[in-house]
Amino acid sequence: MELGPYLLLATLEGAVTAAVLALTAVGLSLVFGVMRVVNIAHGEFFMLGAVIAWYVAQMMGGHPAIGFGAALIVAPLLVGAIAVAVDMTILKRIDYDPERTIVATIGVLYIIQQLTLMGYGPDARPVAAPFNTRLAIPWWELKDGSLQMYWPWGLSTTSYKLAVIVAAPLVLLGVWLMMARTRIGLLMRATQQDRDMALAFGIPVERVYALVFGIGAALAALAAVLIVPIQQAHYLMGTDPLLLSFIVVIIGGLGSLPGTVVAAILIGLSDGIISVFFSPTLAKILATLLVGLVLVFRPQGLFGTRGS
Amino acid sequence: MLELHGIGAGYGRAQVLRNLCLRVEAGEILCLLGRNGAGKTTTMKAIMGLLPLMAGRIVLDGTEISALPAYQVPRAGIGYIPQGRRLFPGLTVAQNLAVGMQTRASPPEVLEEMLDLFPRLRERMGQRAQTLSGGEQQMLATARALCLRPKALLLDEPTEGLQPSMIEAIRQVIVKMRDRGVAILLVEQRVDAVLSVADRVAFIENGLNGETLSAEALRADHSIVDRYVGV
Repeated sequence: MELGPYLLLATLEGAVTAAVLALTAVGLSLVFGVMRVVNIAHGEFFMLGAVIAWYVAQMMGGHPAIGFGAALIVAPLLVGAIAVAVDMTILKRIDYDPERTIVATIGVLYIIQQLTLMGYGPDARPVAAPFNTRLAIPWWELKDGSLQMYWPWGLSTTSYKLAVIVAAPLVLLGVWLMMARTRIGLLMRATQQDRDMALAFGIPVERVYALVFGIGAALAALAAVLIVPIQQAHYLMGTDPLLLSFIVVIIGGLGSLPGTVVAAILIGLSDGIISVFFSPTLAKILATLLVGLVLVFRPQGLFGTRGS
Repeated sequence: MLELHGIGAGYGRAQVLRNLCLRVEAGEILCLLGRNGAGKTTTMKAIMGLLPLMAGRIVLDGTEISALPAYQVPRAGIGYIPQGRRLFPGLTVAQNLAVGMQTRASPPEVLEEMLDLFPRLRERMGQRAQTLSGGEQQMLATARALCLRPKALLLDEPTEGLQPSMIEAIRQVIVKMRDRGVAILLVEQRVDAVLSVADRVAFIENGLNGETLSAEALRADHSIVDRYVGV
């Protein structure tokens, strides 16, 4: 097989990574943007989404689509509710102080992780995809001076992976519509830009914070439900999404949602392509190097604004 | 209408206001005069609930607003025009006004009324607040606060850095609101601007009450002004 089909395959794998990463990172970026706090436990909310998806799928039985569909709704809602509880019982009490929030969410990270280990166990468990048709991908080659289509061996993807690539942009469109067009989005953006003035105009800032923290966690959980038919649920699976989300949020510009999406596509695609051609470790090394370069030469990120 | 009973407030452990008492009646402009650092802006923030009270209480129209959480203070009917305008810079003019409209769920005709009061804003509805000129920003900050249909209006140096025609426009709006029965608390540095609109003037010095005098008396005897704010 020549290079072209490999590159296409790697790009498709990268697009799945990018789609899931974009959802997770937008959740992190939303929390940072509005609340100005860094949530180290974000990866654990991702992991919880996958684990809850497994429990829900087990309980529902029947056709895989029923369990998966239920998980798609239950996991984000449940994880969102847990995050709201974390916000109200912990973050609110330390007054959203940036440093103390980092320490507190590290604590939350270990609590969630160890409770999952105690309850769910150390095994990696799969969730069946709702549909998983194998799709062969055609390629073209030049034969006798004309282009001919053929089906290279091993060049295929699944309908489920394509569905993930389509679903993530739709969810992100929904998030954007919420921020740009709805009343609650207006209140969130007003709170983001000037907390004191938001209070002075009757916006219940603490409730907005709880809601934003819940939505951020729910997005991570949703991303995990989407990936769990491909990757399996495991109690340590939150580490990589957390690291990659931070990389994406820093490169995109802290708190900038469009920047986060662009950086997620960039990092996701390059992660997929480099992993296929070289190794996943090299992909992480390069991504981390890119963060270093961005921090040195453009500290506000690609789409961030200086001093905000 | 708006009463401050012996309030104390400050930042952290540094107390700025001590036993401060003020009273603004409906349909009256009370001007707060004092040197830099005397506690004028702190008084405004304390009324809005943005600083915790160390002592005393604040009452608006019979409601003890100092007992409410900060976000409910404006809902009781206080419009705040802060120093430096403090618009939501990334939001459009329309969205900034929408934030003011939602505070007390004002009916849509209030927005129309604001746009009639400040026709310049109507042309700029889709523009981000940070791209407006200084005068337009002050109009927007004023309109945003008036969108609440407030019982009491707090203005913190509304004419700072504005050209004379704009100062006159703001002055006319203030007087119009007074004639409608709004209680107005005005902080202003420029004594001549104060004396032309204020009904009464309260002096504040090192966070403590000074005298409260009618503006007429001050216009007659300028020496008191010099004692409190003179160099």
